[in-house]
Amino acid sequence: MNAPVSALTPGPLVETDVVRVSLEAPRGRLSLRARGELAPFDVALGLTLPRKIGQRAAGDGIEALCLGPDEWMIHAPEAQVGALLSACATLYERHPHSLVDVSGRETTYVVDGPGALDLLSVGCPRDLDRILPGEGRRTVFDGVTVILWRDGETTARLDVWHSFAPYLSELLETGSRELAADAAAAR
Amino acid sequence: MLLIHCPYCDETLPEAEFTYAGQAHVVRPADPSGESDADWEAFLFLRDNAKGPHFERWRHLHGCGRFFNAVRDTVSDRFLTTYEAGLPRPDLSTLTEDQP
Repeated sequence: MNAPVSALTPGPLVETDVVRVSLEAPRGRLSLRARGELAPFDVALGLTLPRKIGQRAAGDGIEALCLGPDEWMIHAPEAQVGALLSACATLYERHPHSLVDVSGRETTYVVDGPGALDLLSVGCPRDLDRILPGEGRRTVFDGVTVILWRDGETTARLDVWHSFAPYLSELLETGSRELAADAAAAR
Repeated sequence: MLLIHCPYCDETLPEAEFTYAGQAHVVRPADPSGESDADWEAFLFLRDNAKGPHFERWRHLHGCGRFFNAVRDTVSDRFLTTYEAGLPRPDLSTLTEDQP
């Protein structure tokens, strides 16, 4: 069950008539905690940090999701991570904050297809229709904390800590096959 | 499953995202060594066992991660209200079971 991280090979995981699940290639991830004035961070990061929980912003290859009142997850190409860290480091004296490179912590699954929301509802107790396309939330998937990015009506990404990834893979695969069997039986 | 309103996210969400975190408004004495044994024991160990509205802390663990306070009726298991940590106790007489 507990496969080492190197065993997670990016690529398609399962593909059925109704939903397609794949593992994304590694990307840069930053966790930002900051309070008070946010404008200097907007300048340093090159995007306007969303102020409301669940809202997203994108700019110049990076995207940010507001997870809590003072917490953001930032995705960026791996090559840009160093530049973002040093840009914010110059603010530290005047605006104490925490910006940590957590690229090595998480894995992203992409769930795509007409049955995407049905598949997510296998493990997520939320009303997924209330997470609008273009938003995101940190939530729970069968006991595992995940960050759900809803990219479109039928596309979503799930960020999950590595140690939970083999479990989540299995669950998504089983769920996809069940949904496909349901769809086939209904035909 | 209970539905709980997170005052930080401003959404009413399933209980599975939350964890219970004990009684609310338990204040740590500023000078513990100045407390009598009985008062210190009361701070550490003695908690209400309310039948009816109970002030308690919850944490939105799989979400914004924040601790907040709630008033829950221990008889009906209904939440009367939730409010941000650090705010004073709400007046119980203003709360009804219809609130989120």
